[in-house]
Amino acid sequence: MDTSTSIVGRGNRDGARLFREWFDGLKQAAEREERAAYVFVMGSLNEILKSFDIPVTFPEITSLQLAVRREAHEYLQVAEDQGYSPDICGYVKADVAVQLMNGEHPMGRIPKPSMAVYTNACNTYVKWAEIWERMYGIPIFTLDVPGHRQLGIHTRPGDEQFESDRRYVETQIRELIPLCEKVTGRAFDIDRLRETMAHANTMSRSWARILELNASHPSVFNALTDGTIYLGVANALRGTEAGARYFQDLVEEMELKVASGIGTLTEEKHRLAFVGVPCYPIFRRFNEMFAEWGGTFVLSTYLWFASGGSNRGYEYDLVDPIRSLSEGLLLGVRDAMDSMFDQTTMIEESLDGFGIDGVVYHPIKSCRTVSTGLADSRRALLQERDVATLFIESDMMDRRVVSEAQLKNRIDAFFEGLVSRKRHVVAGGR
Amino acid sequence: MKTSTPLLGPWQDQPLEEVLGLCRDTIEEADFSAVDRWRATGGKVAGHFQVYFPCEVAHAAGMLPVKVRGAPVEPTAAESRFGSYLCSIIKTSLQLALEGKLQLDAFFSHPICDAARNLAAIWGRNFDYPAQIVYLPQNANSAGSATYLAHEYRRVARLLGEISGIEVTDERLRDSIRLYNRSRELVRELYEIKRETPWKVSAEDGYALVAVGGLIPVEEHIQLLEAVLPALRARDANPEDRVRVVFEGAFCEQPPLDLIRLVGRSCYIVDDDFLIGLRWMTEDVPVQGSPFDALAESYLERSSYSPVQHDNRKPKEKMLLDRVHRARADAVVLTAAKMCEPGLEEQVAYVKALDHERIRYFLSEFEENASSFGALELQVETFVESLLFT
Repeated sequence: MDTSTSIVGRGNRDGARLFREWFDGLKQAAEREERAAYVFVMGSLNEILKSFDIPVTFPEITSLQLAVRREAHEYLQVAEDQGYSPDICGYVKADVAVQLMNGEHPMGRIPKPSMAVYTNACNTYVKWAEIWERMYGIPIFTLDVPGHRQLGIHTRPGDEQFESDRRYVETQIRELIPLCEKVTGRAFDIDRLRETMAHANTMSRSWARILELNASHPSVFNALTDGTIYLGVANALRGTEAGARYFQDLVEEMELKVASGIGTLTEEKHRLAFVGVPCYPIFRRFNEMFAEWGGTFVLSTYLWFASGGSNRGYEYDLVDPIRSLSEGLLLGVRDAMDSMFDQTTMIEESLDGFGIDGVVYHPIKSCRTVSTGLADSRRALLQERDVATLFIESDMMDRRVVSEAQLKNRIDAFFEGLVSRKRHVVAGGR
Repeated sequence: MKTSTPLLGPWQDQPLEEVLGLCRDTIEEADFSAVDRWRATGGKVAGHFQVYFPCEVAHAAGMLPVKVRGAPVEPTAAESRFGSYLCSIIKTSLQLALEGKLQLDAFFSHPICDAARNLAAIWGRNFDYPAQIVYLPQNANSAGSATYLAHEYRRVARLLGEISGIEVTDERLRDSIRLYNRSRELVRELYEIKRETPWKVSAEDGYALVAVGGLIPVEEHIQLLEAVLPALRARDANPEDRVRVVFEGAFCEQPPLDLIRLVGRSCYIVDDDFLIGLRWMTEDVPVQGSPFDALAESYLERSSYSPVQHDNRKPKEKMLLDRVHRARADAVVLTAAKMCEPGLEEQVAYVKALDHERIRYFLSEFEENASSFGALELQVETFVESLLFT
């Protein structure tokens, strides 16, 4: 086996293995009746939690796994029978059912929570954590990260406004630490924090590099499918040595693919950007509907916001870790918020660099955070640029609002238009 | 900017029923004529979306703070800016601005929910004036929250001062706080009337008297309430055999006035969370020391509750039960706006708490632009009968 044969595809293989091992670890913790910190993908605070060796569970990930495995419907029904509305977040409802079923999950039992730690990147995080607070009487901790106040106006480190916000975040981090000490019975070790932050630095640096490499022609990974595997590791293993090593390997793989001109499995005819959250109830089929036309996703806002903004590659200053953690969180979580509320400029800036032919907007019923502004964002993009766009609605959890036939009709029409547009350009039209 | 002519129209010499009718008409009209009258004098307007906004800051900058709370209109233009599966208020609020019915010089949203946070960006893409989020603290229990919030208020004050050309000094802000303290005191008095002698003020009139405060200068609202409250107390009305209820679930999107009227026909609404942001402060804001600090501390320490604020000291089910007991209510009308994530999630906890306490409740959803209430009226009447005869 030559080097390239063993490296190409390694990211997906190792990613699946590491993810499985992470889940197995949770299952074992549950079997030992140990508890885990419940956290979320946008600002998991894994740097702090891992420094206390607290196992972490990502309920967003365990919920989406139910949809990918086509078992979400039964879980949603359990929660709705308890009075949860069909119109609220499907992730929340699936998790409520998991909790009511004593952690039962197709990938193994989920440990009960010892605490919940979350940012305000998504308001539903707060409401979700309140459910666990009521169920288990556990402490819940909101790390409030003030976002940008106005479209296009961004404050930077050193600005008075930024520093006021950063001090607020730092105060809260310093309040989280004694809570972790109380929950674990362990003393805080700042050098251990430096270790987890160093690993997080490697991961963020690598993640930014990997996303950047997908601008190559052909693209080296599918941002919708492969990207979701990488994202799982980026979240579950953030701040760990295994996670850091994985991402270094992934950079190596992607750089090799770029150098060798190795693309994805799709014959790349149309390069697409994806805006929103994937359609997990028909995850594979959803991608196939694009791949059949030679469409591949070279960019996805999901890989920005669901990585907590680590796509920007911010690296912590380990000399002053808590201050730097507050700065990094403020920059990262803000970027994640912008990727959801204010992504028009970010998409526009990427169109040329990534050679994007079309932008696919996929708002979903379950998630107002991501979906509320997408129609207006698309309108604003079209005012600025002549680019093909597709606007399709479905859900990330609830198959009742996923109509495969309708999606296919819309997607086929989109590609017919895209093909016609390209022919027109080749013929000298505009 | 001050105006000598009442924005409500010439209400001072009118009989009580006329004044109440004027208030009801004003809050139901989608043309914002009161705001137009302010603008006609050269005044600037700061629109603030639900739930809470420090109106004192806008007032101190000489601007008219206007509560943006949607309206029962068809959001035909706004629909193209939003996806499906969203609450109505977010769409109708934008609709009012897109149609030019609500003209603003600044717009503020808040991190109350995921839809509202998106709204500031959407507004900003559609209008040239500043559209911002006032990032009220979502960690109410941090030692850093009050300092952070005071800083945030100073930022808003600078922006509004630039727009109006009037600097928000500490003294000006203290004066505004004094006025708002007085208006809140009067609103508390109105709620006392609702609680102690609910037959003296109908549900819809009580609502209108508060809601109109989100459209007119605080000075005029004070004059209005100072005139109306004694007249209400002096009314010759007798108690009726109606059920005393708390109406809960209207912290953001507002039920149509007809729905409030419908409930009021068979129940006394003795407390509620209608427009809770206008009544967020439960006590006077101190006028000593830094007024920015005082406003920030009051937001956190002397305030009500809602599903969109988590505070370890204010478990929401407990707060609801306290409201029910304080109002000596027999039952709760427990509602949520359609597609309102925080409201619908909170309903589950409220139901459990009410079940546990064996307090009867009527569970429902509403939408601000609903116009047909026949089935709902029948359900409410059935509920009331079940309370009266079981």
